[in-house]
Amino acid sequence: MAETTSGTGRDDAAGQPAPGRRLALGQGPGRLLVMLYGVFTVAAASRSIYQLIAQYEKAPLAYSLSAVSAAVYAFITLSLVRGGEGARKAALVCCTAELLGVLTVGTWALLDASAFPDQTVWSYYGAPYLFIPILLPVTGLLWLRRARTDS
Amino acid sequence: MIGAVTILLAVTALVLAAWCGHAAYRDQPTKDWHFIGMAVVSVLGLVQLAVGIVQLARGEKPDQGTAIFVAYLLGAGLAVPIGAFMSLAERTRWGSATVSAAAVVLAVLEVRLFDIWGGTGG
Repeated sequence: MAETTSGTGRDDAAGQPAPGRRLALGQGPGRLLVMLYGVFTVAAASRSIYQLIAQYEKAPLAYSLSAVSAAVYAFITLSLVRGGEGARKAALVCCTAELLGVLTVGTWALLDASAFPDQTVWSYYGAPYLFIPILLPVTGLLWLRRARTDS
Repeated sequence: MIGAVTILLAVTALVLAAWCGHAAYRDQPTKDWHFIGMAVVSVLGLVQLAVGIVQLARGEKPDQGTAIFVAYLLGAGLAVPIGAFMSLAERTRWGSATVSAAAVVLAVLEVRLFDIWGGTGG
């Protein structure tokens, strides 16, 4: 953890995982993250699929955003399970996007409630979901940072 | 009937969550006794699924729609078994934490199921 970020370039041999062994992202605390991301993938996907089919006209923006969040959750879940440096970087990008998404959608829905006649997973910064939607990307980013320096 | 099963499952899920959370707090993996607890909760989930299907077959309608009700029933049935398998693969405190989180998810699903069915009716 104490290692400075400069000098951890991918070209130095010490920073590389042993050949034939992927950097494990879905073990230890990562296992808990895989479970939670899996739950949110299923929740957001089934919710948005149902709403897009059954009541699209009611709040198309909200339901489309739920579908986007489902895709982001699915990608992060797969990255964590797969492991490896490439997956770690991709998951870092997605967790950042997820955090920005929660903050943007949360603020947007507060400022312009008329744009969101129905809620998304990210409305009210995730309060209807016990604030897990905003805590999850923060935890994910911390874990992905640590997974690099620990390897 | 479905209301009683839902309440029972929510309570047992919270007990399981506290128990496995305690194991995680003490830096222990899940043990045989935890798996027996998970099995009990999983069997209750199957009972709930059966009761739910029987009530639908009798022509009773959930307040918020049959599709949503069935989706939540299936999710509630799967949450703890999936957590159990993940803790089999993760023989550390984090396996216990994963089961604990899965049980909390189940408890939340039960609260939603209660609303979706429409309170105590049935």
